[in-house]
Amino acid sequence: MVLRPVSIGARIKRREDPRLIRGLGLYTDDLRLHGMLECAFVRSEYAAGRIVKIDSTRALQRRGVVAVYTYDDLRGEVARAPCAARMDETRDVEHPLLADGAVRYLGQPLALVVAQDRYLARDAALDVDVEIEPGPCVVDPLAALEPDTPRVYRSLPDNVNVRIPPEPEALAAVEKAFAEADGTLSLRIVNQRVAPVPLECRAVVADWQEGAQKLTVWISTQVPHQAKQQIAICLGLSELGVRVIAPEVGGGFGCKLPVYAEECLLSWVSRRLRLPVKWAETRTENLMNTTHGRGQLHDVEAAYRRNGELLALRGRIVAEVGAYASYLGGAIPTFTLLMYPGCYRVGACAFELVNVYTNTMATDAYRGAGRPEAAYAIEMVMDELARKLGIDPVELRRRNFIAPDAFPYQTAGGATYDTGEYEAALDKALDRFDYSGARAAQAEARSQGRLVGIGIATFTEICGLGPSSNANPLQRTGTWESAQVRVEPTGNVTIMTGASPHGQGQETAFAQLASDAFGVGIDDVRVVHGDTDVVPHGVGTFGSRGLVVGGTALHMALEKVKAKAAAIAAHLLDTTPDRLRFDGESFSVAGAATDDGAERRMTFREVASAAHLWNVPVPGQEPGLEAVARFEPEGTTFPFGAHLCQVEIDRETGQLEIQRYVAVDDCGNIVNPLLAEGQRLGGIVQGLGQALCEQVVYDETGQLTTATLMDYAVPKATMFPEIELDSTCTPTPLNPLGAKGIGELGTIGSARCLMSAVHDALAPLGVAPVEMPVTTERLWRVLREAGA
Amino acid sequence: MQIEVTVNGERRSADVAPRMLLVHWLREELGLTGTHIGCETSICGACTVHLDGRAIKSCTLFAVQCDGHELTTVEGLANGNQLHPVQTGFWEEHGLQCGYCTPGMIMSAAALLAEHPDPSDQEIRQALEGNLCRCTGYQQIVSAVRHAAGLTSGSR
Repeated sequence: MVLRPVSIGARIKRREDPRLIRGLGLYTDDLRLHGMLECAFVRSEYAAGRIVKIDSTRALQRRGVVAVYTYDDLRGEVARAPCAARMDETRDVEHPLLADGAVRYLGQPLALVVAQDRYLARDAALDVDVEIEPGPCVVDPLAALEPDTPRVYRSLPDNVNVRIPPEPEALAAVEKAFAEADGTLSLRIVNQRVAPVPLECRAVVADWQEGAQKLTVWISTQVPHQAKQQIAICLGLSELGVRVIAPEVGGGFGCKLPVYAEECLLSWVSRRLRLPVKWAETRTENLMNTTHGRGQLHDVEAAYRRNGELLALRGRIVAEVGAYASYLGGAIPTFTLLMYPGCYRVGACAFELVNVYTNTMATDAYRGAGRPEAAYAIEMVMDELARKLGIDPVELRRRNFIAPDAFPYQTAGGATYDTGEYEAALDKALDRFDYSGARAAQAEARSQGRLVGIGIATFTEICGLGPSSNANPLQRTGTWESAQVRVEPTGNVTIMTGASPHGQGQETAFAQLASDAFGVGIDDVRVVHGDTDVVPHGVGTFGSRGLVVGGTALHMALEKVKAKAAAIAAHLLDTTPDRLRFDGESFSVAGAATDDGAERRMTFREVASAAHLWNVPVPGQEPGLEAVARFEPEGTTFPFGAHLCQVEIDRETGQLEIQRYVAVDDCGNIVNPLLAEGQRLGGIVQGLGQALCEQVVYDETGQLTTATLMDYAVPKATMFPEIELDSTCTPTPLNPLGAKGIGELGTIGSARCLMSAVHDALAPLGVAPVEMPVTTERLWRVLREAGA
Repeated sequence: MQIEVTVNGERRSADVAPRMLLVHWLREELGLTGTHIGCETSICGACTVHLDGRAIKSCTLFAVQCDGHELTTVEGLANGNQLHPVQTGFWEEHGLQCGYCTPGMIMSAAALLAEHPDPSDQEIRQALEGNLCRCTGYQQIVSAVRHAAGLTSGSR
């Protein structure tokens, strides 16, 4: 069969957009059910302490207040909040849906108020009298590892969530390499804690139907099927009685991947009251109690040869888990271990990972999830090594790249890379940037005392996780994805995908795949997602897996349908499937024509009609035309890129200007370049945000000083020049689409690329590498101290 | 309190609580849920609507302050089935992903173009500084507004 590409690879504008640009999208908080009540949480004002009392008498006296619940109401009724990554069972701690006796982080839910509207609910939440005896708290992850520090859990001997030592063989190899090295380099590298800040905060509507004994929960989530499973487990319900719907989801970036206590609690309340209930998070709640990201501190040592060859890496990674292990939070830093060697031939790698509990909000996935931290570290090692050896950072990278013919390549980090052409991407970026010209201009600027820096990052990442043999039983799902293709009698197509999107554009890209498979128009394809009663059990959208895993599942389902369509067409055209040709729209019999010269052919739509009419039964086939497929990846894909940027820092004020940013990315084959560019641009700016301005800040008492968007700086439109995009294409052999994943790539490269430029700009001053975020104030202080 | 407000060309009378925020009144009383809530502090701009033709943030204005005025929300921007040029621009240039900031972005951009029909990229970026987007990195939004400006000047 010949596939005639019609829409794959085309810049097709999104089918999601007409509703969204007219304000007709339906997000969770837009829902209004008959009799629906509103909820507000009473949250802890202390980071650590003992609950002396929670008295809801005054709150309940307020007219319109229906109920106030505390942990005492939940006792024996619900299980702990969902956690699929219990890294060390001996150090596992239960996170209750509402605080049980002790509070361990600011904003921990203490009580839930249910009232007739949201104003009343919030008023009544203020009426709940809470007395907490504050206790000692620990916020700094290094302080948390000191011997006589306050413990987040008295039941544990210390604040360690898990300690994973390096493998003995790896350690031996590293020690050998260090013994043979010409030199070593030591760095402390910090990836500060940041907040994901999707523009839509979290929201939940739960609706228990007593007659049907059925719970429907609308959640702004990336993983409706996982939420369904976890809510059923938490409430002790059969999964048959739980339906989760992710309607329009206003961004996720990883923080809508955890299944949260609030989602379980609202479900319980609706069942208890037999009424629909809603909770829409405030932005302060979002900054305080939606999972944070990053929060890693690395002490790394690199062994190298005089010629710049990087031999080995060793060190310790301290990762902030927060006050409890979120859904996948404990596992995120393991991706950092896996990806530490980046795109280089590092002979040996041995790190200790220490996950630390502190009295802060839990961390979990945030765009890149452990990989940006690795890319930041190895690229900083490269830059500092280049500076130390007096080798151009581009040249140093060339000397260490994994060669294109070395794939599949087993890294010292434990990953097997599928394909890579790192130098080709770098060359393209250098050419576009006019690297030598830019260096010459920089030298000229420096001679005038100006602080101009050129940054570089060459990086790879891991996408499309699999196989499921690595899956965690607690998550109750592997790393596959589902798709169902249902051809209607007219030949129009309904697609169902388990990869429930939150802005990625699956309704468009997946329709393109179906359009090309069957030769039907894009508008004759409908993509359904996010409803667990309708969509076959699926996994969700995270880890840049939408197209790589979900798209491949769809491709497989389309192929199954096409094979059945061919069998039907063959019977009706009085031939065998192997003699049929499909030209993208019609089946025809190869080399055969009717007496009048016309080809014997049937369009796909005619086959669809015949499959449903069934007045000519096809032996060995059932009526109808549909298929379900699940793609189980046998390995992971490794997209990569080369980014360059130029910055100038004002010596007087510390003001930083990004003058140029060039990104060459490689995500294999692309279905819709317009969407891929959107993912890249958004990802790049999200990484730049971490470098430039974003940081979650707790004071020493565990109070959050970045609890509104007036204090937590999300990047704005004025901060960036036009980002210049280019690409290379190195498909993966691991899926039939040849797609590698694009959602997180930009973020993984850009934070380090900008910091590389900043460090380069400040190099003439001889100052220690400044840490993220490089706010104007921070740069101004560095410049003052350097006497610039 | 009794108020009379023209919303999307339609005269609305309502009895609202003095503390009812405009965004809640629009969303919960009038069912105009296209106007979103993103921060409650006038920073993110997801709640941007037009008050007498000017872009304002409805999360920090009381509904009663609009008594006697005219409001336009994203639902009232298109002329029937004819999209506003800014809406067309956002669709053509992939100016949105999750769509949550989009109504506010579009309202701010429409207000900009009403005053400055042919803004530079820098002027577009400055005009949208009060609107946060976490998905697009702003670049395709700038292209969208430029596209809209082109459509508007073409029709003149």
